[in-house]
Amino acid sequence: MNESGQQPRASRRVPVLVLALLPLVLLGLLVAVFVTSDPTAVLKASFPPIEELAFQRVTLEPGLITLKVSNDGPDSLTIAQVMVDDAYWNFTIEPDATIDRLGNATVKIPYAWVKDETHVVKFITSTGVTFEHEIAVAVESPRPTAALFGLFALLGIYVGVLPVALGMMWLPALRRTRRKFIEVLLFLTIGLLVFLGFDALEEALEIVEGFPRVYQGMGLLVIGGIGSFALLTALNNELAARQGDAADSSATLSYMIASGIGLHNLAEGLAIGAAYALGEITLGSMLVLGFMLHNITEGLAVVAPLAKSGAALRRLVCLGAIAGGPTIIGAWIGGFTYSPLWSLLFLAIGAGAIFQVAWQILAQMARQHEPRSPLFDFANLGGLMAGFLIMYTTGLLVAV
Amino acid sequence: METSDITNKTDQSGGSADEDKRASLPRLSRRAFLGTGAVAGTGVALTAPLLRNTSSEARAVILASHNGPHDAHSADAHRMGTVGTIGEDRQPVRPMHFLGAFNETEFPELLPSDFHLESKLPNGARLHEYLFIASDKEIEIAPGLYFPAWTYNGQVPGPTLRATRGDRIRIWFINEGSHPHTIHFHGWHPFEQDGSMLHQFVYPSTGEAMEYPFGPGADPTPWLAMDPIERRRRGLDIYEFEADPVGLHLYHCHSLPLKRHIHKGLYGTFIVDPPGGRPKIDPHTNQPLPPDHPLHELVMVMNGFDTNFDGDNEVYAINSVAFHYQVNPIPVRIGDLVRVYLVNITEFDPVNSFHLHAGFFRVYRTGTNLRSDEYSDMAMFCQGERAILEMRFREGWPGKYMFHAHQSEFAELGWMALFDAQEGEVMA
Repeated sequence: MNESGQQPRASRRVPVLVLALLPLVLLGLLVAVFVTSDPTAVLKASFPPIEELAFQRVTLEPGLITLKVSNDGPDSLTIAQVMVDDAYWNFTIEPDATIDRLGNATVKIPYAWVKDETHVVKFITSTGVTFEHEIAVAVESPRPTAALFGLFALLGIYVGVLPVALGMMWLPALRRTRRKFIEVLLFLTIGLLVFLGFDALEEALEIVEGFPRVYQGMGLLVIGGIGSFALLTALNNELAARQGDAADSSATLSYMIASGIGLHNLAEGLAIGAAYALGEITLGSMLVLGFMLHNITEGLAVVAPLAKSGAALRRLVCLGAIAGGPTIIGAWIGGFTYSPLWSLLFLAIGAGAIFQVAWQILAQMARQHEPRSPLFDFANLGGLMAGFLIMYTTGLLVAV
Repeated sequence: METSDITNKTDQSGGSADEDKRASLPRLSRRAFLGTGAVAGTGVALTAPLLRNTSSEARAVILASHNGPHDAHSADAHRMGTVGTIGEDRQPVRPMHFLGAFNETEFPELLPSDFHLESKLPNGARLHEYLFIASDKEIEIAPGLYFPAWTYNGQVPGPTLRATRGDRIRIWFINEGSHPHTIHFHGWHPFEQDGSMLHQFVYPSTGEAMEYPFGPGADPTPWLAMDPIERRRRGLDIYEFEADPVGLHLYHCHSLPLKRHIHKGLYGTFIVDPPGGRPKIDPHTNQPLPPDHPLHELVMVMNGFDTNFDGDNEVYAINSVAFHYQVNPIPVRIGDLVRVYLVNITEFDPVNSFHLHAGFFRVYRTGTNLRSDEYSDMAMFCQGERAILEMRFREGWPGKYMFHAHQSEFAELGWMALFDAQEGEVMA
């Protein structure tokens, strides 16, 4: 009891701010002691340096291979020599052959690379550690010319804008179907979205695997994915509160779906553009057709909530642009400056958004559903599974 | 946005890095415009490295490939090889000097006594005594590329030993390294001198070991009186045998694991001459040359280095430094009998080879025969296999004669070199 009497007196004497800062001040002291005495020197002396190098971007021009690399290891490293296809080769490196932790360098190798064939570039550091990058299919890197800009735009229109627009043309048919069938369709949409969400997650995880460890790909995935989920949820709540329980909540929902799909398509465009630019895929007509079939379902997902209320043409064009348009922007970004960082972020944000939208559809249906009968019956199960299966089978066409 | 940044840099780097590149990069488009003739692809690949050391006129030759999708290729794009030069501080050997260094060590300053001492035994036979000290050393095997080697006397390959058949060889061996080592000689010797069995391993010197004098000239008796196991535990051993048979042999560490102890650098050449020396025979006619015919002897050890320890060599070379004799061609005089003592100690790859351009040589396998019926421009060697190669460059044809492993991979990873055949006095 005595103690409890003393405590408030003690804290009254010391301001809260000082109490809050005390641990930080002590930490600062500790850091100072640590830096001046450097107890890790003992550890450093007994271990060889750990070297890591990440390849950021490869550009091929006639007779020249240019690689941007970054050092994501704990120590600096020095690139001693460069091999191309198991042959030491002439090269220049800027700004310096010694790359500090988190530092970058650009290596230029004059090399008569062979079109459509595979080349392996290997860097050997001063300690003999090697780092390898495979150029799977050597093709000249696209330069940002007007023609190529147009080509990527066309690509985006083919695989993103047109399919979404075509899918949205199901709206008049939807308007004339029975209420129950619309419910089934909404479950089908949920199936499509959940599948797309997992698809995006898988791709994001793939990037995380090859990502420089220091940039913590998994952390970016969490920030992007859960962040976008939370943001859309908050946004939706705010809108709902402002509009009251307006009849237009279906329009809101379709905007949300369009945005989620748009983000997903941005990442998809990014991937297609980058793969094209890096020579990893050749975009055959089969692949473009596959993307069209795959993405037509996205148009259906956008308009499904509007089956009851319908929508003006202007709103539909707007929705289509939000859902399909980003494919073009993605293709541009991916084609000209591919970076795994942006791909990962867009995929993560897209996945979060899509899951949120699927959740939103379900929530809205639950709100509007008659309380007596169960929401999830066999018909709706059929819709959900049909959504999965449509995605799976059309996905077979775009597997690269 | 970033890409335009990159293309800008492309233009700048041509100007910033060095003058040669600035000159050659814009040529890409100029050549395309002029549409000059093409040179066959293979020729380009093999001759382009030469251009590095030749005049600016030679550089100005535009080598083009006609079969690719690109209409222009600069000589730059075909410049195979390492970049930069090695320093002196961590050289594995002085490569040019090592070629002709018999019974010499590259780094005598590292030894407490003479490396080599020659004396007469009471029975009239000659005695060669050597001091070998095993030590760990980081060596530079390509410009800027350092390999944590295990060495004899701080050099890779180890010193080249040379004696006449019947001479007595005594090796004082001290292990100052971090692992048990031995010296295992190829040739006749009692099995106790083999340096290959577990009980023959010489352990890292304990420091307490050296209570008796050691090294060339010292009395081996107290050491030999000691229990051999105890002697080796203290970090010292003495190998003694008669040089036999005549030929080109090698020595290497036989500690376990064998692969690592060899590829880390513990090996060298052991030459046993016939009494009176090897006869001089014209490689082209196979007829004797006069005894006073000029002779130029060269030791070449084909080796490799697995720098990232994945069981595959990153560097191939002769005498350890990738492309060294390519950048610094070996001067030879036209007409001289050029005798190459060639030893293959490459680890991991079963076979290495030697191929001479624009000429032929005589092959004396293991050097055990004094006559040879093998006349070729190409010889193949298993691990540990060796041969004496004899050649003469022809009058009136001075120039640079390429030689390299005919495994293109080895060649492009460093095992490529040049003879610079000159008339009259040879300029290094």
